[in-house]
Amino acid sequence: MSEAVTALGGASSAGPVAQVEERALQGMVTLRGDLSELAAAVETVTGCAMPDKRRIVQAGDKAVGWMSPDELLLLVPYAETSQTVAALEEQLAGRHHLAVDVSDARASFRIEGPGAREVLARLCPADLSPAAFGPGELRRTRLAQVPAAFWMEESGTFTLVCFRSVATYAFDCLAGASAGEAVGFLP
Amino acid sequence: MSKRLEQGGRLIDRAKPLGFVFDSNRLEGYAGDTLASALLGAGKTLVNRSYKYHRPRGIVASGAEEPNALVGLGQGARFEPDQRATTTELFDGLTAMPQNAWPSLGFDAMAVNGWMSAFMPAGFYYKTFLWPRAFWKHVYEPVIRSAAASGRPPQEPDADRYEHFHAFVDMLILGGGIAGLQAALTAGQSGARVLLLEQTPHWGGRAPVDGYEIDGKPAERWIAETLATLEAMENVTLRSRTMGAGVFDHGYALGYERVSDHMPGDGAIRHRLWKIRAKQIVTATGAIERPLSFAGNDVPGVMLASAMRDYVVNYGVAPGEKVVVVTNNDDAYRTVLALIDAGLEVPIVVDARDRNDGPLAREAMRRGVAVECGAAIMKVKGKKRVEGVMLCRANGTGGAGAPVKCDAVAMSGGWSPVVHLWSHCGGKLTWSNENAHFYPDPSRAPTGADGKPFVSTAGAASGAMGTGSVLTDAASNAAEACGAAGYAVTASAAQAVDAEEVPMKPVWVMPEQALPELRAKMFLDFQNDVKVADIQLAAKEGYESVELTKRYTTLGMANDQGKLSNINGLAILADSLNAEIPQVGTTTFRPPYQPISFGSIAGEARGATFQPLRRTPMHEWHERNGAYWEPVGHWRRPYCYPKQGESHDEAVVREVLATRNSLGLLDASTLGKLIVKGPDAGRFMDMLYTNKMSTLKPGKCRYGLMCNENGFLSDDGVAARIDAETFLCHTTSGGADRIHGWMEDWLQCEWWDWKVYVANVTEQWGQIAVVGPNARKLLEKLGGMDVSKEALPFMGWAEGELDGITARIYRISFSGELSYEIAVPAGEAMTLWSRLLTAGREWSITPYGTEALHIMRAEKGFIMIGDETDGTVIPQDLGLGWAISKKKDDYLGKRAQERSHMTSPERWKLVGLETLDGSALPDGAYAVGEGVNANGQRNTIGRVTSTYMSPTLGKGIAMGLVHHGPDRMGEVLRFVATDESVIEAKIVSPVFYDPDGEKQDV
Repeated sequence: MSEAVTALGGASSAGPVAQVEERALQGMVTLRGDLSELAAAVETVTGCAMPDKRRIVQAGDKAVGWMSPDELLLLVPYAETSQTVAALEEQLAGRHHLAVDVSDARASFRIEGPGAREVLARLCPADLSPAAFGPGELRRTRLAQVPAAFWMEESGTFTLVCFRSVATYAFDCLAGASAGEAVGFLP
Repeated sequence: MSKRLEQGGRLIDRAKPLGFVFDSNRLEGYAGDTLASALLGAGKTLVNRSYKYHRPRGIVASGAEEPNALVGLGQGARFEPDQRATTTELFDGLTAMPQNAWPSLGFDAMAVNGWMSAFMPAGFYYKTFLWPRAFWKHVYEPVIRSAAASGRPPQEPDADRYEHFHAFVDMLILGGGIAGLQAALTAGQSGARVLLLEQTPHWGGRAPVDGYEIDGKPAERWIAETLATLEAMENVTLRSRTMGAGVFDHGYALGYERVSDHMPGDGAIRHRLWKIRAKQIVTATGAIERPLSFAGNDVPGVMLASAMRDYVVNYGVAPGEKVVVVTNNDDAYRTVLALIDAGLEVPIVVDARDRNDGPLAREAMRRGVAVECGAAIMKVKGKKRVEGVMLCRANGTGGAGAPVKCDAVAMSGGWSPVVHLWSHCGGKLTWSNENAHFYPDPSRAPTGADGKPFVSTAGAASGAMGTGSVLTDAASNAAEACGAAGYAVTASAAQAVDAEEVPMKPVWVMPEQALPELRAKMFLDFQNDVKVADIQLAAKEGYESVELTKRYTTLGMANDQGKLSNINGLAILADSLNAEIPQVGTTTFRPPYQPISFGSIAGEARGATFQPLRRTPMHEWHERNGAYWEPVGHWRRPYCYPKQGESHDEAVVREVLATRNSLGLLDASTLGKLIVKGPDAGRFMDMLYTNKMSTLKPGKCRYGLMCNENGFLSDDGVAARIDAETFLCHTTSGGADRIHGWMEDWLQCEWWDWKVYVANVTEQWGQIAVVGPNARKLLEKLGGMDVSKEALPFMGWAEGELDGITARIYRISFSGELSYEIAVPAGEAMTLWSRLLTAGREWSITPYGTEALHIMRAEKGFIMIGDETDGTVIPQDLGLGWAISKKKDDYLGKRAQERSHMTSPERWKLVGLETLDGSALPDGAYAVGEGVNANGQRNTIGRVTSTYMSPTLGKGIAMGLVHHGPDRMGEVLRFVATDESVIEAKIVSPVFYDPDGEKQDV
């Protein structure tokens, strides 16, 4: 047996108004299909209802995020990833879909603190005002020069995922952005 | 001479003196000064030399429109050229150098250019130095470059940090004068999310200097109260020191915040580039005063009348003690009154209009100032500073002038609305005969995706010239924009009245019939030394388009983009062409409004975050073990692992031999991995690849080629069939994202009804190639999977647990040796890599890099995308006909490959090449044939695509594309190196090593 490791071994950085930290291993499954036909399977496997456009739905230690009109991101405990894929296969047998484990293809980060919104607003062309972005919102966007997606927990903490190979770049960008004082535009 | 007044200066703090250095002189100013006001306060009237003639130049303006006072600011890692003294806030310890003076401001050796000005007319760059041709590069260009010295580039890396910031608002208001404040107030009351940007550190624009009353109180008080109201509104954000730099499609705008230019080195970021999405944009950018064109209007001490007022009122600085005011409008009388109020002398007001009995002129006369109507300045006396003026009749030729002594001249040619931001995204302009300026035409506004306007203007930027009109216009236009953004509000403007003014009179040349000698000293564009005579000459030479005239004469080019000169210049052009000004039109207004720093554009993209660097799970190990890197796309892959004292070439030889003779290890994680799944996956694969993939059995692998729709080879790799509906496509390392996009493109745009999904799982897997005759023994030693020839034959794959790690093992070989490519979850790849290294010691396991990989594939005659292909090569050229299915009706590129040129027997085809002397051919070398082509160049008959010194075979081997190549086996070709030496090479089979493939299939 072997112990899987994250890309950056839990790197972290604390700025004056925000902190960035690499999260522990996170099971992730990309599920593609006709979203109107997936709700039952997704709910059975994760306990989560189908998220609306640009939303993420959480239930216990699992969550389902809307990634595109035909793609979902399922978040499950890392150790349960392969059984999640298997369960989806079973639920969706005979129906055209693609379920694939992407846990190791990604790095994920936690961004928190009073300046967290402004950290992301420095790097991502997304509206991070509270009116547009609250808990349960998800954006698939770009972080400086790389693709990324992020969402907000009930606590106000952000989780951001990007490709594993650019984990160092993403962390450096986030740490750089969190090293600044408040811009004073977002609360 | 300019000086600091004993009193006054609403923006400066006399209790806080600041020291600074200009042109090596230690000087003093006050907190609140700009560099320009501090220089004038310190008596520095001469601050620069002009670009072309090196004429002495002084400060003309007080804001962004300043053409002359450009300095090199700061030192070392904080040096920056082309900084405008008028928009540079003074700080303690500031150092600045004038940019165009050599060896010094007072004595400029290049001023000889001024005497030569008759020989440097419009377009002289284009017409003077055409002959002899060689002189351009060696004589003219270096001389002109050094003479026309503007800013010097910084020599050290920038010490400061910069950032971007994305903001989304309903209403973006650009400009924080009274119009912008009124617009923000109206918008704020509507409930919209409002962002108001002001480029200077101060709010309220010109109103406090001009001394208007708003809502029955002094403008300054109304501004302070309005600011307080706005600051209390949660939906309004105010940002000073932030310029609206550009307006783009779909309500996108750039704001340029100079966060810490006024306190450099305090640790804050220097500039912040705001990337703003707004539903509606209101430009409240005010207006800029125009100079008048009279001879000597560029002598230091001649200044815009409004700027002179600014220096007196805002900074307590007198640009001169005895000031002649020359004007064609009433606003300049406000300067007269400000000068008198400050105790300065105004010997005469020269008013180009025939008569003036308006209240402002009457007030000036009441204060004892002589006003001469129908008059003009014939010329300014003095070289490095104004010593006096000669007056003449406004409508004359300029003969026999009357002298007036003075040490400064305030000029006003009328006002032009700042229409730049309105125009950036296509807003159109209308000409006002009344005010002789272009102003925005609201019926032709920039429009968004819905075809409706998304930019409007407020105040002077609309062409509203009186205080009351400015506020009314701002309130009503802001209310209308709010409505368009979905926030209905009633416009209610602060109360003010328009001052009574006598109409202005357009004056483009002073005096009207000025003789050529005078016109040759009337400067239109101070920054580029363009004179009235230059524009008139350009018109005579046939330049009718204002855009072409700009390029030909350099009018309105460079740093200031003609903020002062454009209208005057095109009026002269129109007059010369006997056309109306609106027919001549303006040049195009392009962003940014003023230059912005490169640092702000780069934002976080510098140093470690300059560009994303992709790292495999083994990246750190490679780094620790001395990898010499090769960039592959954004990845870094080890080229080789040189040991202490070993050259790269030696390392590569060692790695190749160790792999061929025993055991090598390659990090192949960068290889693209795309999942293709669905009921139509087989059909889709048959279209993507030239060969038949749908017949591949689960558990098997097949090498395949992908072509683009023009038939050219685009990517290659091994596909594995996972199950009935699922394939895994390996792509080249650099090709994964591109091929993923290619697949999605076909699925989304062309074959949208095919049931196929694609996912890019490249990074899910760390992939390690275990290569060499001992590869099987190593995997058997780790245990967990049956890797025997029977259980896992060549071109098969298996899934299982290798030493406890979930793995897929592909029996594929890019080296010709017994080879296993092992894919494991990326998070466990480093663990496997370490275990393989440890367990492989008994076979001297050797990690190898991309160069060893390249050599081993070349020894086997395997092609490499990007070496054997260059976007013009089809598989048939490479002897890959065996990988093209003849049975399929179609595949991407099939039809293109049937075109006559593609099937021509004359195409160059792949062969192996072996030099007669055993050396390696130079990469890319051409084989020469007989005779020359139509251009007199030697005919070529082939070229080298890959070439290496083969450690295995001990000789140079190469592949190349050769005319009729495969039919010419054994023939000797002559290749020419870049040093023109000739190397002879024999055409051979491209497979140099193990042609029967016995070693990989054991």
